[in-house]
Amino acid sequence: MLRLRRVTRVHGYGAAEVHALRGVDLDVAMGELVAVMGPSGSGKSTLLHLAGGLDTPTAGTVHVGRDDVGALDAKGRARLRRRHVGYVFQDLNLVPALTALENVMLPLELDGLSARRARSQATAALAEVGTDDLADRFPDDMSGGQAQRVAIARALVGPRRLVLADEPTGALDSVTGEAVMRVLRARVDAGAAGLLVTHDARHAAWADRIVFLRDGLVVDSTGADPGPDHLLSGAVRA
Amino acid sequence: MSIRQGILALLTERPMHGYQLRQEFEARTGGTWPLNIGQAYTTLQRLQRDGLVEPVPDDDANAPERFRLTAAGAAEASAWWTRPVERTAPARDELAIKLALAVTVPGVDVVAVVQRQRTETLRALRDYTRLKRDAAPEGPELAWSLVLDSLIFAAEAEVRWLDHVESAVARAAVARATTRRPAAGAAQASGDPTAVGHGAAGTGEGGAR
Repeated sequence: MLRLRRVTRVHGYGAAEVHALRGVDLDVAMGELVAVMGPSGSGKSTLLHLAGGLDTPTAGTVHVGRDDVGALDAKGRARLRRRHVGYVFQDLNLVPALTALENVMLPLELDGLSARRARSQATAALAEVGTDDLADRFPDDMSGGQAQRVAIARALVGPRRLVLADEPTGALDSVTGEAVMRVLRARVDAGAAGLLVTHDARHAAWADRIVFLRDGLVVDSTGADPGPDHLLSGAVRA
Repeated sequence: MSIRQGILALLTERPMHGYQLRQEFEARTGGTWPLNIGQAYTTLQRLQRDGLVEPVPDDDANAPERFRLTAAGAAEASAWWTRPVERTAPARDELAIKLALAVTVPGVDVVAVVQRQRTETLRALRDYTRLKRDAAPEGPELAWSLVLDSLIFAAEAEVRWLDHVESAVARAAVARATTRRPAAGAAQASGDPTAVGHGAAGTGEGGAR
């Protein structure tokens, strides 16, 4: 679903040149959640921006499905982002003048969907994150955790094939953070491809694979197996 | 010690024979610490020797021998709950020992040692998390779910410690390089080969002196 080949991204010129990524290969299949970990400045966020068509590589290719992101023009990339890519960022600002439901409907309406269909998809997305009872509330009347979940519903609304998350649990408490990870995981289990950038080992642990970046290079990764069967020597539990 | 105490604690519920004790012990802890049948019986014998358990009198002679708590055993079992687990003598931890040696033995690539371990610990953390996802945090699964939490928290702490080791080592390398060439100045820090891989949390402290 997502495929990066020998992706290099250089910011700046001459003496100020910074190699954010140096020839990175990465694949994320449908139904797979991959976590990216690494110290600040290792290239994690650049990787995520490239995967979502917010940025284009200096060298190498990024494919989302069949689309070569580097070959699309700005309009094509915008369409790709609007229709197929869901972003879950730490600061997802809701529009204060709109209710939770209207906030979630917004990207669908911008994409030309009828109000009726937008409403039903938005209602489903709110239910997916367990906030359907907040549909008519305004952002100011929600707790931080509630607003974050509504923002996630907005990011995931509609049939997104690729979900990108950058520290999605932000400043949430651990129970709410776990609820956010459950939503992401459920969406991936339902068939989307997921890429998660985090410094939090507990959240990375929800992924099928964990990739480590350092100085713009992939330095290590966990395989997708072995599974739990190998883990507990007791083997009492089937 | 935990097997001995665990058996006493289980016997506060009802008299049991060795096999039942083994089954109950493993069921409560999700099989995380398997107890073999030999251990169960040896422990029962020691507890009997110490006067903490006794065979159930007038039990069916054809059935396996069941044990119950003596008064002293019941007192010991209830004292266990109120007595904190001793934390004064740290358990021997291979990883802590390995890294303590890695940072002192010349020629060891500490960053590589840390990274290899981090990958392994994260894989374990991921696998515990998978199990945790399926364990209901209430009813009969509660005990198992909490044992998993304990393993998850410990693995998470280990990853945090590894991150800390990495940045402390990077910091020390920068400090060493600066003392070796006091006149070199900050401008050279980025080109210093000993500073390679210090991208950890260590950015920003170069050139402080």
